[in-house]
Amino acid sequence: MSQGVRSTPRRKHLWHWLVGLLLLGIIVLTLFPFLWMVAASLKSRADVLAFPPVWVFSPTLDNYQKALSRVDVIRSLVNSIFIATTSTGLALLIGTSAAYALARWDWRGKRDLWFWIISNRFMSPIVLALPFFLMARALGALDNPWTLVAIYLTFNIPIVVWIVMDQIRNVPRDLDEAAIVDGATPFQAFFRVVLPLALPGVVVSAILCFIFSWNELLYALVLTRSASRTAPVAATSFMSGYDLPWGEIMATGTMIVLPVIVFAMLVSRHLVRGLTLGAVK
Amino acid sequence: MWSTRTRNWFLAPTVLTLLVIGIFPLLFALNISLRQYQITNPGLGFGWNNFANYVTVLSDSYFWGSLGRTFFFLALTLPVQFILGLLIALILHRQEWPFLRAVARVALVIPLATTPAVVGLIGRLMFDSDFGLANWIVTLFGAGKISFLGDPNLALFSLAVMDTWQWTPFFALVLLASLTAVPQDAVEAATLETTRRWDLFRYVEWPYLLPGLTAVLILRTADTMKLFDLIFVMTRGGPGTATELISVYTQRIGFRVFDQGVAAAMAILSLIVTIILARWYIRIFYREAE
Repeated sequence: MSQGVRSTPRRKHLWHWLVGLLLLGIIVLTLFPFLWMVAASLKSRADVLAFPPVWVFSPTLDNYQKALSRVDVIRSLVNSIFIATTSTGLALLIGTSAAYALARWDWRGKRDLWFWIISNRFMSPIVLALPFFLMARALGALDNPWTLVAIYLTFNIPIVVWIVMDQIRNVPRDLDEAAIVDGATPFQAFFRVVLPLALPGVVVSAILCFIFSWNELLYALVLTRSASRTAPVAATSFMSGYDLPWGEIMATGTMIVLPVIVFAMLVSRHLVRGLTLGAVK
Repeated sequence: MWSTRTRNWFLAPTVLTLLVIGIFPLLFALNISLRQYQITNPGLGFGWNNFANYVTVLSDSYFWGSLGRTFFFLALTLPVQFILGLLIALILHRQEWPFLRAVARVALVIPLATTPAVVGLIGRLMFDSDFGLANWIVTLFGAGKISFLGDPNLALFSLAVMDTWQWTPFFALVLLASLTAVPQDAVEAATLETTRRWDLFRYVEWPYLLPGLTAVLILRTADTMKLFDLIFVMTRGGPGTATELISVYTQRIGFRVFDQGVAAAMAILSLIVTIILARWYIRIFYREAE
């Protein structure tokens, strides 16, 4: 922005095109691996395995057809939808009220409680996976979708609490008080007055919870066998032996990734805030 | 209305849930970590064993090896991701080519959202020893095909490439957000003093970049400590133990070697690291929550 002061018009011109070129480079490199997967999912088997790689090919949906004719792929997608949606819903149900308490009350020890809730987001999955596995095994709850729903709450609740709390702080306190004066209970004031006004935060946190739950692998790998296997586990289970069905693997990968990419685009403005737990706005 | 009792009702669901699914399993892991505990070998019993698991872990050269590889991986990926991310942020912060900039901003979201396990699948595809794209590039330079994922050094490097593809956008978007937060009058005042882009960067923009950068560095460190999906799909820690970072090793001991006592001890040790990182992060960024 300041280089314009001394540089000649000619140099400035060159600079302008260089920036354009760099931008194109960024876009191409950022999209390339993803597009390469999508391309592989549309290639015939011979084209996927071709060397040197084939850049122009006649696309086919065979791989999708084959992947979707496999019972385990369909079932895993259904499982993933159920588990991610349910865990997100429960996290909202549980977390929003705590967000309200943290936004509206002040007390000694609030900071410690807040720290404890948020620190669950930092938890290494391997720390919880082991005790959860042993407990689920003892209770006969291995390969049960609800076990995953529960364990995903450990990272979903902190997301909801943090984002919704931030949003509620922007809702004037007078509104809850006015509702109480009009005869509402605190719970009614929260659900009918505050929560609707904090809806943008609720939606953003819901989408982030869905993305994180959908993408999770380690817990799903350890806590499921076949009946409640999620989509990422199913996709990785293809990867054994020689003669891998690459086309089907990439078709499954594409189907797994597409919904989360759409969601991420919807919240792209909040993605950074969500990933840094609000440290960066 | 603002009674403590009301407040507790609002807090109860979250606190109870996190006690059951967060604290209780941790206490359970702590308990296991202090016992002889192999579920596939119940004949050995499940008695207390005087910190033997911790001794085993701390005297295990594979444990230290995996920890060392984790830090090596960090040293490999963090500087590259930071520099690339910073360059991308600086380019995106310029005024030219608004359409391309908008496209780039949207594109950057895609790697971040891509399921890490699927990033691993893409890595397997691109670094395949027979038909992978990486090998095509190698042959363009006249060299013969390389088994990227079969070579101990190149396997870790291949993982670093995929990790960099996925996470450089995180650096870029955070630093871009910080650049956008630099007040315009500070920039204008500085341009009166100097015409050098470097001075503007060093003395005006850099202080604004620091908090975001610190946040990303801590989070990426914590993420690498738990990095599992990408490695599990691309190499399973191999060849040998060449790409076995700490959480892959813990997973192997707990779920493939099946010594839960030792795995729990490792998990507790990584928990301590996690807590330190989390405290550090929260102390820096949430002063306002006090």
